[in-house]
Amino acid sequence: MATTAKTKEVVINTEPFVVNFGPAHPSTHGVFRMRITLDGEVVVDMEPVFGYLHRGIEKLAEERTYTQVIPLTDRLDYLASMSNNLAYCLAVEKLAGIAVPERVEYIRVIMAELQRIASHLIAVGSFVQDCGAFMTPYVYMLRERERILDLFEMVSGQRLTYNYMRVGGVSQDVPDEFIPALAKFLKEMPGWINEYDRLLKDNEILLARAKGVGILPRDLAIDIAASGPVLRGSGVKWDIRKADPYSIYDRFEFDIPTGTVGDCYDRYRVRVEEMRQSLRILKQAMKGLPRGEVRSEVPHLIRPPAGEAYGHIEAPKGDLGFYLVSDGSIAPYRFHVRAPTLINLTVLADMMRGWKIADAIVIFGSIDICMGEVDR
Amino acid sequence: MAMQWLPPDWPGNFWAHWAVFTVIIVAFILVMFLAFTWFERRALAIMQARLGPNRAGPFGLLQPVADGLKVLLKEDIVPAKGDKLVHWLAPVVAFVPAMLIFAVIPFQGGALLADLNIGILYIVAISSVTTVGIFMAGWASNNKYSTLGAMRQIASVVSYEIPVVLSVVGVVLLAGSLSLQQIVAAQDIPFILLQPLGFLLFFIGALAEINRTPFDLTEADSELVAGFNIEYSGIKWGLFFLAEYAEALAISAIVTTVFLGGWRGPLLPDWLWFLVKVGIIFFVIVWIRTTIPRVRIDQLMALAWKFLFPLALLNLLITAVEILVWPEVSLWVFVPVNIAIAIVLIVLWSKFFKLGWGKVEV
Repeated sequence: MATTAKTKEVVINTEPFVVNFGPAHPSTHGVFRMRITLDGEVVVDMEPVFGYLHRGIEKLAEERTYTQVIPLTDRLDYLASMSNNLAYCLAVEKLAGIAVPERVEYIRVIMAELQRIASHLIAVGSFVQDCGAFMTPYVYMLRERERILDLFEMVSGQRLTYNYMRVGGVSQDVPDEFIPALAKFLKEMPGWINEYDRLLKDNEILLARAKGVGILPRDLAIDIAASGPVLRGSGVKWDIRKADPYSIYDRFEFDIPTGTVGDCYDRYRVRVEEMRQSLRILKQAMKGLPRGEVRSEVPHLIRPPAGEAYGHIEAPKGDLGFYLVSDGSIAPYRFHVRAPTLINLTVLADMMRGWKIADAIVIFGSIDICMGEVDR
Repeated sequence: MAMQWLPPDWPGNFWAHWAVFTVIIVAFILVMFLAFTWFERRALAIMQARLGPNRAGPFGLLQPVADGLKVLLKEDIVPAKGDKLVHWLAPVVAFVPAMLIFAVIPFQGGALLADLNIGILYIVAISSVTTVGIFMAGWASNNKYSTLGAMRQIASVVSYEIPVVLSVVGVVLLAGSLSLQQIVAAQDIPFILLQPLGFLLFFIGALAEINRTPFDLTEADSELVAGFNIEYSGIKWGLFFLAEYAEALAISAIVTTVFLGGWRGPLLPDWLWFLVKVGIIFFVIVWIRTTIPRVRIDQLMALAWKFLFPLALLNLLITAVEILVWPEVSLWVFVPVNIAIAIVLIVLWSKFFKLGWGKVEV
C-alpha cells in the first residue's frame, strides 16, 4: 500500500565493532582471548583465540618415562590435578595391564571426589563473580576449597600440583590423621553448600542474569560432544562414572543431577548438586576403605607392550581422556589428551550470538574452563 | 526539642561565613573520603571472611594515606590517540559537582554554606553534571571499553533521574519547601516513615546514579574491566575515585537530610547525629555492594521505566491527595497508612514486573 504522506525517518548509522577480550582480562579465566564483534551492546559474532598457554605437554610427554609424565598431567587442569593423575594412571594401567590393590581404588575415589568438589567450588564462585557479585561468593568458596587443599596437603605435601597417584598405586598411604580430618570435612560441608544455596539459589538478580541465558539445546550439546556439567545442564543424563564405570564407581550409590533447559542457571545448579553427590560417594568410600598395600608390583621403568589404550574418567569439567600409544619402550610413543573444556568451548560462539556483552561473560563463565587444559 | 540554629551569617559576616564553610566542606569531604575508603574496605573484608587492610597504622587506619601517596606518585599515562585536553579535564568535571552538592547540606541547624530556597532543585541539577565528566573520560580515552561504559552511564542517568526527582517531590509537598534546612525543620516525623515508598525509590535510583552495585554497569569489572576510567592512572584516576566516594557521601548526606531527619535526634549533639546517619546509610550501600550481583543494561532500564517510574508517580499522587484532602489530620495517622500502601504497591507491582529472564529485544 502506497502512503501519500511522506514520512521522514531519522536513521542513525551504526556499525559493528570488534572488541578484544583478553588474553589479559579479569573474566577470561586465564589467557583465553575472544574477538567479539559487537553491535552496541549485542554480540554479533565471536572468534575464540587459543594458544597463549601452550606448553607442548603432549610432545614433552613423549620424551619422558611413564612415571615422569604424571607431573605433566598436574599442569593440565591445574584446578583438578588429582583427576588428571587418575585418568592418566588408568590409561597406563590399561596399556600395561597392571592391577591395583583394593585400598588404592578407594583412596583414588576419595581424592577424585574431593577434587571434584574443589573444582566446582571455583567454578560456581567465579561464575557468580562473572554475574557481578563483588568477590563475596568467590571468597566464601575459596574458604571451603582451602579445607580440601589442606586434606590434599596431608596426603601429598602439595596444595596445587599434587603428583600423588602412581601407575599401579599412589605415592604414599594416607596419614593417620587424614581420615578423622576427612570425616570432619564431610560433616561440615553440607552446611556450607546449604549456605551457598540460601545466598544464591533464589537471588532475584542472579536468576535474572542466569535463567534463560545462553541456552545450549540438548541436541547441539550431544552433537558437539560436550561433556560434564555443560552436557548434563542441557538435560542429558551422561556421566562416565555410570555410563562406563572405571575404578570402583559401580560400588557406590549416587545420582546424576541434570538440568532441564540448558541455560547458565542449570549448569550452575548441576554443579552444586554434584557437590552433594560427591559428598555421598565420599561418605561411602570412607566407610568402605580397606587396609592393605598402596602400591602394586610395578617395575621402575614401565615398558608396556606395543599397542594403544584409551582411559577416560568423569573429571570435574567433563569427560577427560588420555590416549596412549606404546612402542614397547619406556616412553609413550604418542600421548594425547581429550580435554573436555576445549571441546565444550567449541560451542561458545553459538551460545553467545545475540546476547548482550554482559551475558557473554556469564555464558563463558558457566562453561568453566581451565586454560592449562585448553591450550596444553 | 528546642532547635538551636546558627545565624545565617555565622561567624560574623558574609565572607567569613563563605570562607569557613568552604574550608569545612573541603576538609569534610577529604576526611570522610579517607574514613569511608578505609571503612568500606574493612567492612567488605569482614563480610567476605577476609581481614582487609590491617598493616598500615593501627587497624590499617593509615592505609588510605598510603594509597593516596601511591596514587600521587604514579605515572600519568595519556592514550596516544586520546583527546588530551578532554582527558585532563574529565576528572575535574566529574569531581567538582560532587563537592558542590555539599554547599546546601545542613550539617546542623544553620550550619551550611548557602541556604538556597531551591536546594533540592540545585542538587538534582548539579549532581547530573558528573555524568558529563564521566562521558568526557570515556570519549577522550579512545578506548572501546571506556566508551561502552560511558554510554551506559548516560543511559542510566537519563532514566534514573526521573524516578529520583519524582520521589523527592513527595517530600517537598510534605515540607512545603525546597530548602533542605526547611525540609529538616519540617521533619517532626522523619520522612522515611511518612514516605517509605519514596525513600526506597530514591535510594534505588540514587544507587544507579552513583554507579554503586547492583547498578555499577559503568565500571562493570567483569566485562568492561574498569569502564570509563580504564585509561586513567595516577592522580587523575585518584580524582575519579575521589569523585565516586564524594558522590556516595553526598547521596548518604542527601538521604539523611531528606528522609532521616537530618541533624535532628535526641541526646547526642546535632552534628554527631548527622554523621551517624550518614555513616549508617553508607554502611547500607557497602552492604548492598557485597551482597548482590550486577544487573544487565536492559534490566537496568526496565527497572527504571517499568518499576520505579510508575511507582514514583503513584507515590506522588497519594502524597498529594493526602495533603490536599486531609490537611488537618495528624501526620502520624499517615505513617501506618503509607507503610501499608508502600508494601501493597511493591507486592502488586512485583507480580506484573519481572526483572526479565532471558533475552530482551531492544
